[in-house]
Amino acid sequence: MKAVAASVGILALAGTIVPPAVFMLQSVAGGPEATPALSLDVVKTVMLVATVAWFAAAPFWMKVE
Amino acid sequence: MSSLEREIEELEEASSSEYERQRVPDRALKGPSAFWGMYAGEHTAGTEFMIGPLFVKWGADAFSLIVGLFLGNLLAVLTWRYLTATIACDERLTLYYKMEKIAGSGLVKLYNLANGLLFCFLAGSMITVSATAVGPFFPPGTIEMPTFQSTMPTGPAWIISCIVIGVAMTLVALKGYAVVAQVGHYAAPWMFLVFVACALVTLGRLGTADIWALLTPPAGTPRTISFLGIVFFSWFCNAAMHIGMADLSVLRFARKPGAGWASASGMFLGHYVAWICAALLLIYWVRRHGVDPQVGKDPGTMVNDAVGWAGLICVIIAGWTTANPTIYRAGLAFQGMIPGLSRVAATLLAGSLCIAAGIFPAFAMNLLDFVGIYGTILAPIGGIIAVDHFLADRVGIPRDPAERSGSAFNVVVLVSWLVPVAVAMWLYKTQGVFASYLPLPSAIACGLIYIVLSRMAARDTIAVRA
Repeated sequence: MKAVAASVGILALAGTIVPPAVFMLQSVAGGPEATPALSLDVVKTVMLVATVAWFAAAPFWMKVE
Repeated sequence: MSSLEREIEELEEASSSEYERQRVPDRALKGPSAFWGMYAGEHTAGTEFMIGPLFVKWGADAFSLIVGLFLGNLLAVLTWRYLTATIACDERLTLYYKMEKIAGSGLVKLYNLANGLLFCFLAGSMITVSATAVGPFFPPGTIEMPTFQSTMPTGPAWIISCIVIGVAMTLVALKGYAVVAQVGHYAAPWMFLVFVACALVTLGRLGTADIWALLTPPAGTPRTISFLGIVFFSWFCNAAMHIGMADLSVLRFARKPGAGWASASGMFLGHYVAWICAALLLIYWVRRHGVDPQVGKDPGTMVNDAVGWAGLICVIIAGWTTANPTIYRAGLAFQGMIPGLSRVAATLLAGSLCIAAGIFPAFAMNLLDFVGIYGTILAPIGGIIAVDHFLADRVGIPRDPAERSGSAFNVVVLVSWLVPVAVAMWLYKTQGVFASYLPLPSAIACGLIYIVLSRMAARDTIAVRA
């Protein structure tokens, strides 16, 4: 259970940071007027799902001192 | 007994077992890992969303933001490591108990009052920031958001937002402090990534990764904060915690003073990176939407625009997890001041003051000044503790004088504290000195006055005995 929750947590953190990073890289490569393949709406949706997943998984594996 | 009363009793029991009036025993000591997460979480707060944009308003340049913030945060870490953690590990006492030994229990109550009131204004700023995240959930224009220039409430909808958020925070501070601490712990790594995500999206929308160029204000921008101002702000925005010794209460549990390095997680992730990320949000609105940096844009709108609901949740949680312990601590401070006041009544009093402060955006919008004043008032006590710890024997004054004499009110400490604070406030109000320049000289002056007055008092005592 702990291993599964930790895996979900790591994926959730990735879901929080990877889409904005991809959005930034695509946008910078294409210039200010370019439309990146990964739209901002998708970035926002993935981040919201990742947020829910993070808070659902964290209590099962994060140690609180 | 109601379940609420039971929970409060449990909380009191828990706090009384935290060695508040004794040295922390060896079995209760913790390794450095316990402190890294705590500092990262505590210093990634909702107010970071205000501070970054305020730097833009004040016309800070790229060199000041990138190098000045680095230097200031490094100095803050060194202060935590070599001053606070050193004293904490030698004494292993809370600030309040150490202060009681030096100043007497009566003066600790006065300190508590100052501390409690300042905590309320700080938590009020966090309520203000969190309330800006409510606006995007409603149709545009429903809640008029405050700007940098707002000092008064923007309307009934704004007041209701602050009250609802403030009441929720106060109730949670009453009932579920442990839960909030847990949520804060869980949220810390995610919150930091949301700050970075805001910056990444902003860079993408501006089509450049040249952060230096983006942070350089356009020609003609009025510059009201210098490189040195940025260094001192980032060094002393937590002056009460490091030089003011409030973190003795935390670091006394550290096995070795090296745990003071853990403050680097809060300074470099929570402050350095988060402030620059938050500054980029406003830079985008200035460049793309023509927003006047002197007017600014509320954090809720900017974060929602960049990363959506995840960002709004971050603004609310970042404010909530830091405001809650602040309301709780303010309640404890008031309880210490007013004998017979229950924990519930004290927390409700603190919560009400926080809500009142939160409704008025003036506190959040003047955060750069407020944290300087906060440090100037509380940091001098740290100067006295440092003198007592490092210099008392060398300069021939007694250590822990109030404990030795049985005094409940050490007038020497009171005068040593109030004189530099009064001078500093005069400099701030009448000479326009930037508030963040004042905590360090106030603390040093307080320590020096304490030495001089203590020696005079000791001489008088000897003369009377002779």
